[in-house]
Amino acid sequence: MADPVLSVEHLRTEFRIGGAWHPAVDDVSFVLAPGETLALVGESGCGKSVTALSVMGLVPSPQGRIAGGRIVLEGRALVGLPEPALERLRGARMAMIFQEPMTSLNPVMTIGAQVAEAMMVHQGLSRRQAEAKALAVLDEVKIPSPARRFHEYPHQFSGGMRQRVMIAMALACEPAVLLADEPTTALDVTIQAQVLGLLADLKQRHGMAVLFITHNLGVVAQIADRVAVMYAGQIVEEGPVTAIFSRPAHPYTRALFAAIPRMDRDAQDLAAIAGRVPSLDAMPTGCRFASRCPQAQVGCERPQVLAPLDEAHVARCHVATAVRGNWHQAD
Amino acid sequence: MFGVCLAYPATTIGAVLCLIVVAGALLAPWLAPFDPNDQHIIDRLVPPGGDYLLGTDAYGRDVLSRILWGARISLAIAVSSITVAIVIGGTIGMVSGYVGGQIDLIIMQTMDVLLSFPSLILGLIVVALLGPDLINLVAAIALTAIAPFARIARAPVLSLKERAFIEAGRALGFSHLRILFVHILPNILSEVLVMGSLWMATAVRTEASLSFIGLGVKPPTATWGGMMREGFENILDAPWLSIWPGIAILLLVLGLNMVGDGLRDATDPRLRGET
Repeated sequence: MADPVLSVEHLRTEFRIGGAWHPAVDDVSFVLAPGETLALVGESGCGKSVTALSVMGLVPSPQGRIAGGRIVLEGRALVGLPEPALERLRGARMAMIFQEPMTSLNPVMTIGAQVAEAMMVHQGLSRRQAEAKALAVLDEVKIPSPARRFHEYPHQFSGGMRQRVMIAMALACEPAVLLADEPTTALDVTIQAQVLGLLADLKQRHGMAVLFITHNLGVVAQIADRVAVMYAGQIVEEGPVTAIFSRPAHPYTRALFAAIPRMDRDAQDLAAIAGRVPSLDAMPTGCRFASRCPQAQVGCERPQVLAPLDEAHVARCHVATAVRGNWHQAD
Repeated sequence: MFGVCLAYPATTIGAVLCLIVVAGALLAPWLAPFDPNDQHIIDRLVPPGGDYLLGTDAYGRDVLSRILWGARISLAIAVSSITVAIVIGGTIGMVSGYVGGQIDLIIMQTMDVLLSFPSLILGLIVVALLGPDLINLVAAIALTAIAPFARIARAPVLSLKERAFIEAGRALGFSHLRILFVHILPNILSEVLVMGSLWMATAVRTEASLSFIGLGVKPPTATWGGMMREGFENILDAPWLSIWPGIAILLLVLGLNMVGDGLRDATDPRLRGET
């Protein structure tokens, strides 16, 4: 694999609850190669977004902090970097798009001005130069008749179009890494497919790496090269998308797949995962999924580590990794 | 927004009143029949009508000319003091709301202390300390309006800073300063300016009140408050001396309030039926 453009090692991001710090993200590590898409999957509150915000250096302070670990972007360590240095990287070398296209644009600025602004800030372009480039970027994200829509305001754009504008803003300075935090969750399915197609297309053209955060496994299958499954602040399983989809090893991943309704079968009950995610201030020391796990057994009360199942496929479950990938054969 | 205002007759009347006063002030050198400070000794206390349309005062000065020239002082003081208050108070409120936490608490409690003084009393203290002249009067009135503008600017910032586009801006590498003045400011500007027009009316009143008690611009400069006070000495023989400047103050304050109310309704999303 080529040198990673982004690597996160043992990231620990904590939040203060009632005077004590509790980790929302605990021992998260991953690497992102140029041109690669890593999907970060998990349910709401599992730490996906906090991981992305940690990379961007946007963890809300003072109630949140990065308590440990390293984040390296293009050879530069980000944790502990002073704010002005981070500001120069954000939008320029790493960019983020958010879930809510309806509120992620400034209602009183024109679309064109908003796309042009980052280029004026980061590349020192004049307004005229930046607007010329902004027009080209809007065209690239397939906004119809961009010259006419350039001077319109966000309320004149539909949700899908706004998300395209957000993508245009994020890509304006050609970042090396794009962090996409559920960018299609708020869109309906056809628009979602268009935006995913656009993202894949742009990724290929610009060779950037994408960290794609989602809870939608269908989207993962469509866009990801590799998948990392998060549960309660930890990555519980990681591997190539084909391996995860064909041989999910961690009981949580398996439960997620089991919970997808099947269209090819007649009446069936939806498989739900019993119980609930342990709260931040009551995290067990052992496996965090144990209390909900059908395979829970002796040994689950010990802290779990990511162990290899096969090449490039790891899981944080002593039961799954003990049989070394034979799990799916026994299944 | 202009069309919306015109749909409301009260706002239109207010705007016309304000425009009349502004036009009178701007065109005073051409409109005024006499020099406002020329004393026509033989024509003292002439009642309205004839050569002196609104009569003359105890020194034989033309009341109409003095009212026209006095409009300049009233408007200049109102506009400049409210501008100063908007810039200083607005910045304090925006920064306070954006930074939040302890700093916000301390700043806002300081503003509450300022707010607890009635504006006339606070203006009185400042002018009494600094001495009555134009600049001090502007400073005094501005000081009374800083705290309200800090509050007006802070409130929308509190909700705006939680909006996704602020975080999106941070994610694009914009500094806090840029977020605050390029992205948040235009969002709160209309609210602040609307309150500005309402507070202009208060500034006109405060200026007139301070002049009335002798703490305004020094005589013989024509000011509406000052004219009322001078007329007060002859209130029984020549009531018009106090009545005309009183009406002028009334019309300007009324006009500014009507425009302010209209603008507030026009920009208030709850009244506009938008979310």
